[in-house]
Amino acid sequence: MTAVGLLQIAVYFLLLLLLTKPLGLFMARVFSGERTFLHPIVQPIERLIYRLSGVREDEEQHWTRYAASLLAFSLAGILFTYLIQRLQGILPFNPQGFGTAHAPTGATPVTPDLAFNNAASFPTNTNWQAYSGESTFSYFVQMAAFTVQNFCSAAAGIAIAIALVRGFARQQAKTVGNFWVDMTRSVLYILLPLSVVGALVLCSQGVIQNLKHYDVVKTLEGATQTIAQGPVASQEAIKMIGTNGAGFFGANSAHPFENPTPISNFIQMLMIFLIPAGLTYTFGKMVNDTRQGWAIFAACSIMFLAGVFIAYPAEQAGNPLVARQGVAVAASDTQPGGNMEGKELRFGIAGSALFAVITTDASCGAVNSMHDSFTPLGGLVPLFNIETGEVIFGGTGAGLYGILLYAILAVFIAGLMVGRTPEYLGKKIEGKEVKMAMLALIATAASILCFSGVTSVIHFDWDKSQYLNPASGAPKPAPTASAPATANLGNGGPHGFSEILYAYSSATGNNGSAFGGLSPNTPWYNLTTGFAMLIGRFLFLLPLLAAAGSLASKKKIATTSGTFPTHGPLFVGLLVGTVIIVGALTFFPALSLGPLVEHFLMQSGQLFSMIGFWS
Amino acid sequence: MWSQLAPAFRITLVLTVLTGLVYPGAVTVLCQLLLPRQANGSLVSRNGHEVGSSLLAQSFANAAYFHPRASAANYDAAASAATNLGPTSQKLLDRVKADAVKFRQDNPAFTGPIPSDAITTSASGLDPHISPAFADSQLPRIASARHITVDQARSILAAHTESRQLGFLGEPRVNVLEANLDLDRQFPGK
Amino acid sequence: MATTFPPPAVDNDPTSLIPKKLVRARPLFDKEILGRAVRDSFGKLNPLWLAKNPVMFVVEVGAALTTLLLIRDAVKGAGDLRFEFQIALWLWFTVLFANFAEAMAEARGKAQADALRKTKTDAIAKRITGSGKIEEVTGAQLRAGDLVQVDAGELIPGDGEVVDGIATVDESVITGESAPVIRESGGDRSAVTGGTRVLSDRIKIKITSNPGETFLDRMIALVEGAERQKTPNEIALNILIAGLTLIFLLAVATLPPFASYSVTSAGAGAVPSIAVLVSLLVCLIPTTIGGLLSAIGIAGMDRVMQHNVLAMSGKAVEASGDVNTLLLDKTGTITIGNRQAVEFLTAEGVTEAELADAAQLSSLADETPEGRSVVVLAKEKYGLRGRNVAEQEATFLPFSAYTRMSGVDIRGRHLRKGATEAIIRFVEEQGGRSTDSVRELSDRISRHGGTPLAVADGARVLGIIHLKDIVKGGMKDRIGQLRAMGIRSVMITGDNPLTAAAIAAEAGVDDFLAQATPADKLNYIKREQAEGRLVAMTGDGTNDAPALAQADVGLAMNTGTMAAKEAGNMVDLDSNPTKLIEVVAIGKQLLITRGALTTFSIANDVAKYFAIIPAMFSVTYPALGALNIMHLHSPQSAVLAAVIFNALIIIALVPLALRGVKYRPANAASLLRRNLLIYGVGGLFAPFPGIWVLDQMLHYLHLA
Repeated sequence: MTAVGLLQIAVYFLLLLLLTKPLGLFMARVFSGERTFLHPIVQPIERLIYRLSGVREDEEQHWTRYAASLLAFSLAGILFTYLIQRLQGILPFNPQGFGTAHAPTGATPVTPDLAFNNAASFPTNTNWQAYSGESTFSYFVQMAAFTVQNFCSAAAGIAIAIALVRGFARQQAKTVGNFWVDMTRSVLYILLPLSVVGALVLCSQGVIQNLKHYDVVKTLEGATQTIAQGPVASQEAIKMIGTNGAGFFGANSAHPFENPTPISNFIQMLMIFLIPAGLTYTFGKMVNDTRQGWAIFAACSIMFLAGVFIAYPAEQAGNPLVARQGVAVAASDTQPGGNMEGKELRFGIAGSALFAVITTDASCGAVNSMHDSFTPLGGLVPLFNIETGEVIFGGTGAGLYGILLYAILAVFIAGLMVGRTPEYLGKKIEGKEVKMAMLALIATAASILCFSGVTSVIHFDWDKSQYLNPASGAPKPAPTASAPATANLGNGGPHGFSEILYAYSSATGNNGSAFGGLSPNTPWYNLTTGFAMLIGRFLFLLPLLAAAGSLASKKKIATTSGTFPTHGPLFVGLLVGTVIIVGALTFFPALSLGPLVEHFLMQSGQLFSMIGFWS
Repeated sequence: MWSQLAPAFRITLVLTVLTGLVYPGAVTVLCQLLLPRQANGSLVSRNGHEVGSSLLAQSFANAAYFHPRASAANYDAAASAATNLGPTSQKLLDRVKADAVKFRQDNPAFTGPIPSDAITTSASGLDPHISPAFADSQLPRIASARHITVDQARSILAAHTESRQLGFLGEPRVNVLEANLDLDRQFPGK
Repeated sequence: MATTFPPPAVDNDPTSLIPKKLVRARPLFDKEILGRAVRDSFGKLNPLWLAKNPVMFVVEVGAALTTLLLIRDAVKGAGDLRFEFQIALWLWFTVLFANFAEAMAEARGKAQADALRKTKTDAIAKRITGSGKIEEVTGAQLRAGDLVQVDAGELIPGDGEVVDGIATVDESVITGESAPVIRESGGDRSAVTGGTRVLSDRIKIKITSNPGETFLDRMIALVEGAERQKTPNEIALNILIAGLTLIFLLAVATLPPFASYSVTSAGAGAVPSIAVLVSLLVCLIPTTIGGLLSAIGIAGMDRVMQHNVLAMSGKAVEASGDVNTLLLDKTGTITIGNRQAVEFLTAEGVTEAELADAAQLSSLADETPEGRSVVVLAKEKYGLRGRNVAEQEATFLPFSAYTRMSGVDIRGRHLRKGATEAIIRFVEEQGGRSTDSVRELSDRISRHGGTPLAVADGARVLGIIHLKDIVKGGMKDRIGQLRAMGIRSVMITGDNPLTAAAIAAEAGVDDFLAQATPADKLNYIKREQAEGRLVAMTGDGTNDAPALAQADVGLAMNTGTMAAKEAGNMVDLDSNPTKLIEVVAIGKQLLITRGALTTFSIANDVAKYFAIIPAMFSVTYPALGALNIMHLHSPQSAVLAAVIFNALIIIALVPLALRGVKYRPANAASLLRRNLLIYGVGGLFAPFPGIWVLDQMLHYLHLA
């Protein structure tokens, strides 16, 4: 680790801390229906949207109706996203002619399974990329389908978090708010203003924003280089602010057009955590005890910094096998040292490791370096972050409701040890809440483990493998062979297993980042990761909404010195311990066959070749 | 849920117009007006012809140029890509070994550990920068190819070495395309 | 207020609310109980029965599966039979140990129920027919509403209310207390319990319960645990551990495909065997808490029983741990029932000796506790011996509500004592004058929570006797402990606010309700509950019934009326209202024990992973040996050691589960810190040396 690297981490954390309260306060005002400085401009638009959509602003919803609205909204998002992709050939803003007869050579066809995968991905805030944007989708798809869902899925996440917070804040109430209102306000007052500012700042750093045809230039050595273009800045801004993470380009935030400078990199990292961190304060404000919000903030901070201080040293220490070839490991003023495979020089080791931790703490999934090429421990941190449910600040809204789930569990287990029926924020935690929290955890664990398990061993007969598992561009195997799903891995050995585990963790956790060596654009992976995303989103948040409804209906219990205080360091430590232990216990066997064993094997110098089925 | 479908579709449609067309449209207009160079890809021209983007790497094989980092995308700016090879990959180690040998051969005067960016591929395949150390290792080759002194070449390098932004962000780096353009401008004889 | 019971023994140890001497304590591992428990452990192997406990059911299925595979391998002569046999054996032990824990907890109750059942002989009842005749029937033939007559020496045939007469009754069957109690018609001491014996006199009883539904029947059912239902908290905890079991099932069930990939890519080793996978699963799922959970609940109920409190449901015991507000009756709970004379305050020109003498004389015939305390004070302070009043020509005037004074006319003297106003009127009638100083003295005593009793000799006011409520020794400490636990104590009294405030201050309670009527009490409870507090109270009178029913925890006194006993959710057989504090402590202890063992159980898993995972993949990935930080000898010994540790820890924790975690009144944060350190951090590290030692033993005994 270098001093400047540490300074970057310190400044980052400090700025985050400073921004949390003002934004959190603002959001609390928005969701409590108070006036803000944006109301004179935005409120007329808000009213117009309600009128156009047939939404009654003052209607309160029971949790089941709230959930129904959310599901209907997601369904609409899935259908829109699917149709726009499939119809891109006849839609405007398509200078490259994707989906038409004039599509450039090498363009990826939008098959039904790929379109389904994206239709599951964007409305669930996953933004998994089985495609490379610049060779697959028109500007219209990127804007009207993907950018729109970036807003919608983030806004839905915030709405659910607010509903859960209301569950704690209200008492003996039948309703938890109005989904349409919460969602619309999230878009109009929070996401959109921040995105406009963010897009302009990013553009000033060099992020492109145009609708023109790809440029073709003649390089200094006389070769031809085609330069992809597009409305990137507008999508980039909401991609970070909404913790969505799907890059306009295949290389995501590693692409210089998405993330051109160290400053833009720093800003993008701030954009990821901005709303999730702010929401911790909003939470405290709405339950009338800001200390509760800061306790959550503190727990997240501890886990965030712990991740950084595992991943960063691991990446700086680099790969001993590469170092043995006479490659520098120590950083100097003239070169970064460390493990630079799959990293951009302008970000260096610190800027890449920090980004990787942040993007997986949150359910963002944007990457500015290739996690697949990280050292085993450096890659373990993002993987583990995702598997614990992305609750370290987490996704917009999703992070808060996720960590509140762990808070419920922590309070339930440890709370008993104070000799009372456990309670959190004055609400008794009883069978219903525990059941809902466990359901959410089981659903996600089942999705990750079962899909990974099946994919590790499944083989397809030759006739089916044509359909289910063709690797793009690879030579066809002999017609008698049965093709394993592992044929699509980019690495052999434990690292190959990590690719599978990461894929289903990322899909289920609605993260979207990948160990990118895996070629996922095949029907098997498109369908299974798509289902994992839907499970990870809906089977996680529906139980939480049910818990919100149950909590809202309860009486608030008076606080006494016999009540376990949930704002002190003890609770913070307990919450951190619960997140880590629950995650570790669930995934230790799997992790031990992936990154953990790879770490020891790397030390001992063992190497693995790819399975090599297709070639 | 079914009773909620009508508002769901109506509001999705409204938001598609607002956030999918109005918002990117407005940002495009603003960026094109305020930041036209950046918004259009920071293209670099020589003699009135666009030769690339200062943000994107392009292939340089000629000994007289600074060479960029290796690219898994073959410097295709319409298909960014990375190797995604893991740390225990035989393929990665084979490549690193071969490249290390090649690096020593290309830069016989170079001693000490090889700069880490010189032997690894970037994340985008389009990394426009190399480290000053990597650039420095290439100076004797460039100087001899251009029939200039190493110090002359070093002056180009010095002029194009960017330090960390705000003093603590990112890494010191050299923009390969801009440095090479400058080389051609100042020392055209090759 | 019934005050027939002796003042309770005050526990002077401020560190524990739970008295060291249990009323009917049996040793924890009584021989008879142990035998019964061991027998029952095998009976509980019935899978239909075990299915109620998801964790142990999974273990049993695993044990059965391992046994079947062992048999298959034995027939085929394949596999590592020695290893598989030991695994199967210890898995069965795991189930048996958990069964044993529950059986132990139940056996104590069953033994007690048997003892009670023996006393339940069917008495012959003398039923009074409509025509007034007496016919002899068996107790089983009695129905609610029947009228029976019981004479001295006979058993009371059923629960009922005394409608005529007064008698002393031996209730030791129920309460364990051998001193007889008085039961009389009307008022709050009319309830009698079937199975108790009339010692003197004759009473007529109206039967209030049908056979099979009597108090004794209910008591037997309760201590036996026949109708035991899971409490809300137990249900929630069950969901948690069932959920964890499912998660671990997923983690283990997906291991074979993961391992299959690993074996292929490493080109060595094999997918772990079923026996090893089952071992890992059993080690991971929370068997410790899963095995002990019901035992903890039963033992908690049992502990309440040991305190001679009959809880109508486990829910009530659990709720008592949650109590925020404790309503304590002043008389009998906070104070020792009766006021006592503590001081003689003389009027001007009167010596203390003169006042003491007059006070003593006027009280000699006064058999009330107050009167007796005057005599005692006179003796202690002024050495005045009791005089035989019968020898002297004296006329005693008993207290009457009309005169509001009592006294004696002796040798021409008219000695009176009574309420200050009444005495002043008496003096003025006698032609004397009261002095202002007497009034002042009287007021001062009132202000300080005392009761002034003026004494007059004819036309002269001699002075005032200061009667005082005596706060029980150690009460202030206990209230302080309650406060430390976050419980507000509220004193309920019929006294005026002035008096109430003074006693409240002396006892250190947080609040008081003066001049309280039953309706006030009920409203107070409702108000507290509306503010989100749980309320506990004691009561014995019929007019307490609505409040007892409304309170979250209502502890009725056994001496109280049937109505009160029906309304409350606990009955104190000792009729000692202070018990409420102990019940609260037991409730808390119950919850703490559950939480502590859950935490311990989950924390244990970390070490087991470190033992089993490297062992599982020792051939495929020898590099994982780096995780074998305990340096266990072989893969077999590692897996066995973990399984054995997992089984033994259940048996090792049985005493803790039955006795409960040590509880000290303290605020939540410090309690949690302490328990988290012991059971969380301790649970994390304890298995490492444990598994290591077992591994060494297995190695040196050549078992693995």
